[in-house]
Amino acid sequence: MAEIQFDDVTKRYADGFEAVKHLNLQVPDGDLMILVGPSGCGKSTALRMVAGLEDISEGQLKIGGQVVNERAPKDRDIAMVFQNYALYPHMTVRDNMGFALKLAKVPDAEINQKVNEAAKILDLEQHLERKPANLSGGQRQRVAMGRAIVRSPSVFLMDEPLSNLDAKLRVQMRTEISRIQQRMNTTTIYVTHDQTEAMTLGDRIAVMRAGILQQVGPPSELYGHPNNLFVAGFIGSPSMNFLPGEIEGDSVKLPIGNVRIPDELRRRLEGGPGGARGGVIAGLRPEHFEDAGLVADRASRGVTFTARIDVLESMGSEFYAYFMVESEQVSSRELEELAADTGGTDLQSTRGGTQMTARLAAESRVRQGQDLELWFDANHLQLFDPDSGRSLLAQAGAGTSTPTPTAGGLQGPS
Amino acid sequence: MSAVEGTGGAIRPAARGGDRSGAWNEHTKRLTGWSGALFVISVCSLIPVLWIVFLSLKTPASATDGSFIPHHWTLSNYSAIFSLGTFTAALRNSIGIGLISTALAVLLASSAAYAIARLDFPGKRAILAVSLAVAMFPQISLVGPLYNLWRQVGLYDTWPGLIIPYMTFALPLSIYTLSAFFRDIPWELEQAAQVDGATPFQAFTKVIVPLAAPGIVTTFIIVFIICWNDFVFAISLTSTSAAQTVPAAISSFSGVSQFTVPYGDIAAAAVVVTVPVMILVLIFQRRIVAGLTAGAVKG
Repeated sequence: MAEIQFDDVTKRYADGFEAVKHLNLQVPDGDLMILVGPSGCGKSTALRMVAGLEDISEGQLKIGGQVVNERAPKDRDIAMVFQNYALYPHMTVRDNMGFALKLAKVPDAEINQKVNEAAKILDLEQHLERKPANLSGGQRQRVAMGRAIVRSPSVFLMDEPLSNLDAKLRVQMRTEISRIQQRMNTTTIYVTHDQTEAMTLGDRIAVMRAGILQQVGPPSELYGHPNNLFVAGFIGSPSMNFLPGEIEGDSVKLPIGNVRIPDELRRRLEGGPGGARGGVIAGLRPEHFEDAGLVADRASRGVTFTARIDVLESMGSEFYAYFMVESEQVSSRELEELAADTGGTDLQSTRGGTQMTARLAAESRVRQGQDLELWFDANHLQLFDPDSGRSLLAQAGAGTSTPTPTAGGLQGPS
Repeated sequence: MSAVEGTGGAIRPAARGGDRSGAWNEHTKRLTGWSGALFVISVCSLIPVLWIVFLSLKTPASATDGSFIPHHWTLSNYSAIFSLGTFTAALRNSIGIGLISTALAVLLASSAAYAIARLDFPGKRAILAVSLAVAMFPQISLVGPLYNLWRQVGLYDTWPGLIIPYMTFALPLSIYTLSAFFRDIPWELEQAAQVDGATPFQAFTKVIVPLAAPGIVTTFIIVFIICWNDFVFAISLTSTSAAQTVPAAISSFSGVSQFTVPYGDIAAAAVVVTVPVMILVLIFQRRIVAGLTAGAVKG
């Protein structure tokens, strides 16, 4: 059992490239911390620094209060699950799982007992004498997990452990990992680029971009109160819609109409860093739209507008409706980066408008190609500074002038 | 191998076209062609071997009678060479020197190859280039200086006197083949071993070496055959049974008088030294093929 602490940790490669920049992050004992971000954001590098597979250029890394910068991986009491599992092909499942204990010169009887125990947890008992080559992807993944839990280390490190599995198995293993982590109560760092995995799995999520930590917090906080445009666009699926806006008096002028700012939002806006005036980028989550016909009391809480639904996807439990809004493109370096990462650039910039997504209830009578009256819930409006990309809203509940300092020491966006 | 692939590839498109008899003719034609080629190759390579075997079974008097198959069969040549102290001693020297040189070469080469495959250090290319240059060096040009040097330092006509040059000339090839093998082993495996608590040396011996075993065996066999077959160093750096290997010993066989060449003895000795190599290759044939093609296809 140990907590992990990054103190101003920087990774600089020989060619001067900084993969991780001044990372400050604390993972409390027993927590499952998710490091998430697009590829190349430095999340894997950060993990590998904890493992001791990468040198730390600057700063200190502490595990259980002790600085481990100079310690070899074997002296850190960690276990790691690799993306491609890295099972030893020449050993049986049993030997794979017992390898670490064997190196630690644990008596054979004890190794056997621990391996059998882990195999039981992971449902691998009938495969113990097989070689990894004869196992399915999911079984290999479980062996990799088994190799980690057999040792009962003080820290688990997982580097995109589910990315090689098919979708169904991924969901299944996700719950299994969560179950094992809770059962063992071992401090865990889990790296992924999949925000759904991050949202469902973690106690807390750290979002990284270009080597810089963007925001740390519980999934609900990242979803409800993103610090900046990048986090806002990255967390949530389908992702947040962005529109240019202008604050005038007590309302925001958006291409879909004027939205009166609810009192709660106004208080947070006034407590936020930018004050309550000027141009903004508004963030609207797809799930905060609704078919206006299904909403009672809509005038007081939001804005109603009409849009032609270009594409309608039925999920059974809900609809995804896509429509265009006549407006200028919002431009922000962070959003461009996000779009490039998801490959959505060409979709966004077509036909001189902004492509929007709305999530509508299954009861809606919406039809593809028809006009629909849509309603947006203004209470969930997000507002960002178009220049810096920072959120203009103070944390909910804080109410007053200072934004709550979330644990782990936040970094401002670059 | 290639014959099978060739015919297999040819028949499929034709069969899909529906013209079965045409395809069959084409198939037969190809099969005949390949069989003919293989037959010629086999005859060309096997006749000299058979010639030596038959020669070794002829009586000394009929050795030069010009017949391919002996008229008088005898094993006397074999018993003759084994009763000669020089041949058995040479056989012992060959086996000993060959094994020791090979073992040392593979041991050194595997650590060098590992470093080349895994580490990024200045002068890596230079080391590879130099080792390649050593392999290109004509051995005969080194024999003169080595002869003098070995006489001076007392290595002439000793086991180390042959082991050292054998090892040196085997190293470049070993480093090349082994580093290709090591490069194919995913780095994650080693990192996994490190995280599992292995020292770099343990990671090397317990994970990398077992996985590179086919490559190591292949290299071992190739290097051993090179040492076993060497004649230039053996004839120049040895003079007595103390270190003379079989190829050198055969060349010093003498007939009953200085005007007779002991063809039968030479042939018998040649058979005796060829057989172990052939057995080795036949046993490890699959390994050697697997070794030479490792990494060609992603598994």
